[in-house]
Amino acid sequence: MSDIAENDFSQGTEVVQRGSLELTLRRLRRDHASMIALGVILCIILLAIIAPWIAAITGHSPIEQFRDTGLSPSGIPVGPGADFWLGTDQLGRDVLVRLAYGARVSLLVGVFASILASMIAVVVGVTAGYFGGMVDMALSRLTDLVMSVPFLLCALALVSAFGPSLMLSVAVIVFFSWAPMARVIRGQVISLSRQDFVHASRSLGAGPLSIMVVDILPNLTVPIIVYTTMQIPNSIVFEATLSFLGMGIVPPTPSWGGMLADASSNSLYLVAWWMVFVPGTALLLTTLAFNILGDGLRDALDPKSARTARHLKRKPKGASKS
Amino acid sequence: MIRFLARRIAFGAGVLLVLSAFVFFLFFVAPGDPARMIAGDKATEAQLAMVRKNLGVDRPVIAQYGTFLSRALTGDLGFSYRNQQPVAQIIARRIPATLSLVAGAALLWLAIGVPIGIMSARHPGSFRDRIGQAFILTGLSFPTFVLGMMSLYLLYFLPKQAGLTLFPPGGYKALTSNPALWAWHLLLPWSTLALTMAAVYARLTRGQMLDVMGEDYIRTARAKGLSEQRVVWKHGMRAALTPLVTQLGADIALMLGGVIVIEQVYGLQGVGALAVQAVTNQDRPIIIGVVLLGGLFIVAANIIVDLFYVLLDPRVR
Repeated sequence: MSDIAENDFSQGTEVVQRGSLELTLRRLRRDHASMIALGVILCIILLAIIAPWIAAITGHSPIEQFRDTGLSPSGIPVGPGADFWLGTDQLGRDVLVRLAYGARVSLLVGVFASILASMIAVVVGVTAGYFGGMVDMALSRLTDLVMSVPFLLCALALVSAFGPSLMLSVAVIVFFSWAPMARVIRGQVISLSRQDFVHASRSLGAGPLSIMVVDILPNLTVPIIVYTTMQIPNSIVFEATLSFLGMGIVPPTPSWGGMLADASSNSLYLVAWWMVFVPGTALLLTTLAFNILGDGLRDALDPKSARTARHLKRKPKGASKS
Repeated sequence: MIRFLARRIAFGAGVLLVLSAFVFFLFFVAPGDPARMIAGDKATEAQLAMVRKNLGVDRPVIAQYGTFLSRALTGDLGFSYRNQQPVAQIIARRIPATLSLVAGAALLWLAIGVPIGIMSARHPGSFRDRIGQAFILTGLSFPTFVLGMMSLYLLYFLPKQAGLTLFPPGGYKALTSNPALWAWHLLLPWSTLALTMAAVYARLTRGQMLDVMGEDYIRTARAKGLSEQRVVWKHGMRAALTPLVTQLGADIALMLGGVIVIEQVYGLQGVGALAVQAVTNQDRPIIIGVVLLGGLFIVAANIIVDLFYVLLDPRVR
């Protein structure tokens, strides 16, 4: 068999068997937008990693206040220049160094909270979808409940009760983020568990846990990867919003939301534009990059969904016009 | 139909009950003494005991919650720790600003988002589609407070330095006193909120339209000789209407509970700004009141959206 195949194609291009991962990566690599987004994300990760070196090179620690060199005689922050590359903030701290350390907070909270939220969503969604009946009923109502709660107000209430902290921010983001994904997973599991390979597993004597983990979970890889990636920018913005409102990361620890809050207090940014545009652009670029990458991943992992569908859709329209 | 409605209302009441219990017991387990907050740091033990008795916080927590619930049902949400005014009144004063912001922005984001979504879906893969998709991605990624602060700087401060007052620095003017001034003060907040929200609606419209434009009944409509405008808006949009209404109901409800960030950036004295001030002041009755009001809006919107489905799609009945 294989001899014939090799002979038939030997004059032309060689036939290579490609795994699904390789095919996915090939599709992703052809998507320029996703590649640029990935580049941006890698740059931000690099920025977060080299934060201590940036501090060493500039000679400014993230929380050190340079009231003599970093503030004008009237107490106004100094703009971007040779000493402070991206300017200083209201206390004369180096914006660039704070930006780099803030990237650590944003990325850590964004990625960590998104993964935790996905894990909860998968557990709830798979359990509800697989067992159905009363279990599904209870878990679905719980999901509805979390989704019909004014989350930012509840987050404010929680923070006002316990005081702001990094752990509380993550907990709040996770608690209010898992529900939409759980709903999607549940729907997928319901249709998956009716399929023949699940019946086959069951007739071979597999228990519920084994079916859920061995048979169903691998089929959820695509939605899990896509949703987790798409959740990261949401978590990053959620954290920045909490910090912006003074309910997230506790100063003087640098965070992008906190830097924007510093700029916003007393409308200081009107005389020091870099205090808004530097962390604001960083925040925008990060969320944009993750959103574009998420879109690209969805198209690459599930080519049926977007591109092909788009081509199929175009056909009847073109046909009707001609 | 009646049973369906009854079930929805029962669930809504359940949500509000859980929410009220959550915030109430949250503050019970939280550190901090409300009596100390009211009476001040110099109050004696006897004075504190007095205040506690007046507040009713010396009684068992379940009894307190019961009293709170029965009063809340009649619209009495207690009194502010700060100035002893009724919480319901304080919140009611803040509603016009939030309502103006949300209503105007909602009209604007529908007017921007839906046409962009349709434009994008009618020529999939085209240059116009790519512009539409770029708008969607940017809008979804732009944090509202960043967009707000950047717009204030670029559209208020820079022109003002050049001697041109395009927009006010912020604040809210009542509609009843001067409609023109009201709209002028809300123009930037409306646009900021609408631009970020329009992306959500453009994406939703685009997705729905892509699904529906290949359907047979669209071809039938075209075959009948209907104009493209009519095919798209009458027959195509019909399918997109249900998810749009769902999204709109959820968004408006969520925002009526306070457009916290926008109100903060533009100095609008709305419900969201009240919530932030209450958190800063540790004014717990106001926080509880605002959270419950936000929950009430969401629950009510869910029921209204469900009713709307029944009107829109007879199959749901």
